Amino acid sequence: MEHTITTQKVKFKVFRFNAEEDYLPYYDDYEMEVTSEEVVLDILNRIKWDHDGSFSYRRSCRHGICGACAIKVNGRSTLACKESMNDMVDLFGSELVIEPLSKKRAVKDMIIDKSDFWEKHAAIQPYVVTDVDEAPEMENLVSPHDAEALDEADLCIQCGACHYACPAVEVNDDFFGPAAFAAAYRFEADVRDESETRLMDVNQMGQGVWDCVKCFECREVCPKEIDPIGKITKLHQKLFQEGKAESNVATRHAVGFIHSIAKRGVLDEGGLVLYSEGPAIVKHLPVAFKMFTKGKIPMPWQLPKSDNMDEIKALVKSSTTAKF
Amino acid sequence: MEKLRYALFTGCTAKQSTPEQMMSTLAVADKLGIELVELTEASCCGASHLQDYDEFLSLVLNARNIAYAEKHGLTMVTICNTCQLNTAMTKHKLDNDADLKARVNEKLAEVGLEYKGTSQITHFLYAIIDDFGLDKIKEMVVTPLSQFNIAPFYGCHNIRPSELQNETHKSPESAYRPTSLDDLIIACGGKNVDYEEKNKCCGFHVELQAPKTAAILTGNAIAGAMDADADWMVTPCPLCHLKLDTQTHHASEAIGRDVQLPVLHMQQMVGLALGCTPAELGLKHHVAKVDFV
Repeated sequence: MEHTITTQKVKFKVFRFNAEEDYLPYYDDYEMEVTSEEVVLDILNRIKWDHDGSFSYRRSCRHGICGACAIKVNGRSTLACKESMNDMVDLFGSELVIEPLSKKRAVKDMIIDKSDFWEKHAAIQPYVVTDVDEAPEMENLVSPHDAEALDEADLCIQCGACHYACPAVEVNDDFFGPAAFAAAYRFEADVRDESETRLMDVNQMGQGVWDCVKCFECREVCPKEIDPIGKITKLHQKLFQEGKAESNVATRHAVGFIHSIAKRGVLDEGGLVLYSEGPAIVKHLPVAFKMFTKGKIPMPWQLPKSDNMDEIKALVKSSTTAKF
Repeated sequence: MEKLRYALFTGCTAKQSTPEQMMSTLAVADKLGIELVELTEASCCGASHLQDYDEFLSLVLNARNIAYAEKHGLTMVTICNTCQLNTAMTKHKLDNDADLKARVNEKLAEVGLEYKGTSQITHFLYAIIDDFGLDKIKEMVVTPLSQFNIAPFYGCHNIRPSELQNETHKSPESAYRPTSLDDLIIACGGKNVDYEEKNKCCGFHVELQAPKTAAILTGNAIAGAMDADADWMVTPCPLCHLKLDTQTHHASEAIGRDVQLPVLHMQQMVGLALGCTPAELGLKHHVAKVDFV
């Protein structure tokens, strides 16, 4: 079949900032004929080579392996060497905004200070923790079945696409972020690993897995299809399965669903908040009062209940696999 | 056109903290001539939290809900983004993993049920857009919302993950350039406003454990809509609605700016355009007062 290369005109608005010279960032505009063969990185190259030699960005392998060239196109985290321009134009149209992964961490144009990413990555012990004999008699074999448990978390290239797409990372400097959690899962799931502390590190409120907002941005942007939020969910489940989930507002919130469902089928929303918060529920009283006056909080005798509760009760009893 | 019929999975909030969502869903369905058979046997979907604790139980409970829709031989329609996600994700998992489906069905058999995988699952937003049709809605508009700038707020769980969108809907929309709500606003005669936060997270799911994070995300969303000159916001998700409607005090504190806008459920917006009364749409139940009707 004949291979046809097409071209189309695309307008680019490109973020520019040099921390050593500029007080505020600005944008440069370029219009280019883009071919159907090109990836986003080709455009970055053309801006530098054909228009402005001072334009700066990171690149290395050009094969989707090193993770250096991640940027944002129209707000979407993108690995520049992997993302086809055609797909970007299909998605966003012919006017594209090229920005660094994090504008607030910009050092020069597309280059950001990624130290927060690496510090968080390092904090979760991103390696197998085990005692290894200095002179082992044989290799430490991992069966294909055991390797499957990693669920491809080991394919992460630390590009930071998910980290800087995560809304929780954006507003909470302490939050480890999806890439670090995916790494934590990768080593937690490794049969050779004996870390006693990693799972408890990601169990912390404020920085740990309980503060994930469950928005699926990380899954959406991952260029290696690792599904970081899937790994976060597995870490949640592992904490419960291993009996390491401490009783706090987040863990009680997850468990509280069972109590409501077993009792009423549907949630008792007020009861769930009470179970999760305990005495701290008083802080919600001002909002609860406003909701009550608007008819948004039913009285206890008005609470809804599913039909066929005997089925639900039986299934909760027979299908529950976790303990808290 | 043959009358549209769906099995309605109400979720939990429509019977408690967002009664206006149930009222407006029924009012709009009535106007459009859509028959909704309420799944009164359905349980909570787990809301993305039960799954953290016990994934298998959540699969069994969601499969049971779908099994009831199958008993009616109907597509299940949801009115909550998170119910949509959890139910559609359960269907995806069971339809693609015969062993898991067998294990779940082993449990369901204990109560005389079986998950077959025969019912589709869609959100009421997509039911009225894809199945009923925007053009027909446009023809039925009696009170065009032409004097309003309306900010769509999509909610995460309807638009992500994309694979589920692609698998579930006739006209899947982009997680980064969603159009359904914008199109619906236009069909109702309103002017849709564009703003960066329209497809971002409202923070609902960390309201209890990370209130500051949740409040900033809520504040940013409302501020984005206000800066885009919106008169009000509209959302298909009752959980987003709860955040945007009831948490403005915390949101304002968190971002250092007074933010508040009326926030309507998608059904209420359509209902207004179709000539439903404010009482039918439950507009008095909003915390952020709806004072333009």
